[in-house]
Amino acid sequence: MGSWFPENISTYGGDLDSLYYFVYYVVGAWFVAAEVLLFYLMIRYRRRAGHPAQYIRGDTWSQLAWVLVPTIIVFGLDMVIEAKSGPLWARIKEVDHFPTSGVEVHVSGKQFQWEFTYPGPDGKFGTDDDLTIGDELHVPVNKNILLDLQAKDVLHSFFLPNVRLKQDAVPGRTIKMWFNATKPGEYEVVCAELCGFGHSGMKGAFFVHTPEEYDKWVSERWPATAKAASTNDTAS
Amino acid sequence: MQAGAHAEVHAGHHEPTSFWRKYIFSVDHKVIGKQYLTLGFAMAIIGGFTAFLIRWQLAWPETEAPILGLMQESGFFGPDQYNAFVTMHGTIMIFFVAMPILLGGFGNYFLPLMVGAPDMAFPRLNMMSFWTIFVASCILTASWFVPGGPAAGGWTSYPPLSADPNLSGVNWGGHLWLLAIIVEFASFLMGGVNFMVTTINMRAPGLSLWRLPLFVWMEITAAVLFMLSVGPIAAGGIMLLLDRTMGTGFFLPARGGDPLLFQHLFWFFGHPEVYVVLLPGFGMILEVLPVFSRKPVYGYKAIIYSTIAAGILSFVVWAHHMFVSGIDARLATPFSITTILISVPFAVMMFSMIATLWGASIRFATPMLFALSTLATFLVGGVTGIFLGSAAIDIYLHGTYYVVAHFHYTLFPSVFLGGFTGLYYWFPKMTGRMMNETLGKLHCLITTVSFNCVFIPLFFVGIAGHMRRIYNPLQYEFLKEIQPTHVFVTYAAIVLILAQSLLVINIVWSYFAGEVAGDNPWNANTLEWATSSPPPHINFETVPTVYRDPYDFSEPGAKQDWTPQWVPSVRGVS
Repeated sequence: MGSWFPENISTYGGDLDSLYYFVYYVVGAWFVAAEVLLFYLMIRYRRRAGHPAQYIRGDTWSQLAWVLVPTIIVFGLDMVIEAKSGPLWARIKEVDHFPTSGVEVHVSGKQFQWEFTYPGPDGKFGTDDDLTIGDELHVPVNKNILLDLQAKDVLHSFFLPNVRLKQDAVPGRTIKMWFNATKPGEYEVVCAELCGFGHSGMKGAFFVHTPEEYDKWVSERWPATAKAASTNDTAS
Repeated sequence: MQAGAHAEVHAGHHEPTSFWRKYIFSVDHKVIGKQYLTLGFAMAIIGGFTAFLIRWQLAWPETEAPILGLMQESGFFGPDQYNAFVTMHGTIMIFFVAMPILLGGFGNYFLPLMVGAPDMAFPRLNMMSFWTIFVASCILTASWFVPGGPAAGGWTSYPPLSADPNLSGVNWGGHLWLLAIIVEFASFLMGGVNFMVTTINMRAPGLSLWRLPLFVWMEITAAVLFMLSVGPIAAGGIMLLLDRTMGTGFFLPARGGDPLLFQHLFWFFGHPEVYVVLLPGFGMILEVLPVFSRKPVYGYKAIIYSTIAAGILSFVVWAHHMFVSGIDARLATPFSITTILISVPFAVMMFSMIATLWGASIRFATPMLFALSTLATFLVGGVTGIFLGSAAIDIYLHGTYYVVAHFHYTLFPSVFLGGFTGLYYWFPKMTGRMMNETLGKLHCLITTVSFNCVFIPLFFVGIAGHMRRIYNPLQYEFLKEIQPTHVFVTYAAIVLILAQSLLVINIVWSYFAGEVAGDNPWNANTLEWATSSPPPHINFETVPTVYRDPYDFSEPGAKQDWTPQWVPSVRGVS
């Protein structure tokens, strides 16, 4: 099964995969036990001459224990799964648990393109050096990336399969996300919510750069980096 | 009121003789039940054909699909049509196949018989409910033929895509979709009232609630769940229709609305709706398991209490469909807990069904094979729900084929495997003739195997990150490797669809040439077997009196291994 997951490249993706496998082994064991029992009973109690059915109603507490005790164990395991799942959800999704600083990018979904806005050298949005690029997400490796997600027209869903991050984009709202990618390379960013006839193919390239590559990309995009930065200093 | 009700009952004594009153505008619950079943099977052909086209496109993207070319210029279809197929497949299968077959069809036909009533409490309302859903089906079917095509926003029809024709390119198709759904809801409200009143007021003497067959319990629980949950979605549907046609802005942010409001309304209904179509399927296999095990159902009351508990819980889990929708992230954990808790009542039901086989004397006739197939298959759907119920795991799996595989594993066993269980079991009662066992067993085997071959691989496809509702997976680098799996799944789906011809052949052959069944061919205990096959116009020549529990099989001291509910004493059977 492991080979079916796309390669994980985020700090929390490994924990998500581990949680998946934990649930897989827990419910897998119950599933196999239930199916084996079902098939065993089917074969063991097939109709045979001289073996009439027994009149068992399963309505006394001692008989119901055969149903209720496994159910209580199921309940216990449910709580264990929830105890593992809750904190991981909080770490990925609850804003209170987000890293406080990192590289900021604004993401906007529209029919049928992802737009990424970078704040530029001044680190601020809404200034002249902002840069908006369609369908290309560039981030440095091993840095916290803080994203603001918006949608311009209909619902979209921002999905980075390799990062294990998915979040619907809702018109009229700004939703915060974060991740930290651990392996440089080129991946895909896709849309996971039906958004119209062009939904299929609404995707972009997702680049995780080494520090050197990232600096190179920045200097190509903002060639006047040094000059602009000094101008800003003077102005303030 | 009193006089009217009396006149109704009195009128029921005379079987109408004209063709129109007897077969078309009939008030007889048995005719109406068969009308619902016919409608459900007819719509299933459209639903199945759209499934075939979806599978064709996924296996061999943008090639010419067979048969479709006979209906339009060519067998090629684009993403807009693909989205329409996806939308119509879901809508048809849930609202126009599952509900008409399980509630309208089997519920209408067998609920009055099993409670010992001459008909439904309100026969004319019953007739109206059928003709209302018939109108809804016509509206939905008509939407294929309007400019812009049918609705293409998914069966969940999320706004803003569904709220503004400019965003989707679908104009009249979207209006008609909403209209069809709203009219369909009205139909099942009428049906639900009938189910409840009939069960509460028209039970045979001696038939206490604790002696009701489990199928009746499941049907009325489903009817109550539907009636309690349908209000919000009906309101949501009307608001969406106003947004589309009148320029209101309930769900459009630009006009001060909120898209997420619709999702809340939809899923507040949507999760109970899952049990509306699940419980009747369980009810049917719970009728069949004791009859063919020759044993009482294990933990009859425990199953009923669990059903009610699951029904109540189903009202507080809806946001698990919305973990990544943009709701307050702190809401996820409470809804995740309620969701995972659903496994508790379902564990009781599953374990009780399995325990029914313990100490049994199992006869593997076709209905029993389908019941066991339902049980074995549904377990997959049950356990995979635990993964999706965990909010953290859902971040990755939401909106992928994992979800698609999961809900097909819950609904297909209930609607189709469960529906076939009921059909093979009750066909002798409905027609007076037995179905062919060899064809039936072959149908069961091929359906079960091919269904699993379709949907087990789709779990893996989902784990690979494959999004649902995408037209062409080859557009994505990370999905290229799994294309051979799609081809395999499509072949299995074609086998699954073709295998249903065995059922059609069996029904037609058995209807005319099947072995004559007699009143009680399976030696069963519940009241529908107390009357002739098929039952007369008012069901029972004399209303039976009930003396015992519904599943008294192999009772010690009895002469034979079944003691029907209408038999006064264990030793009274001759």
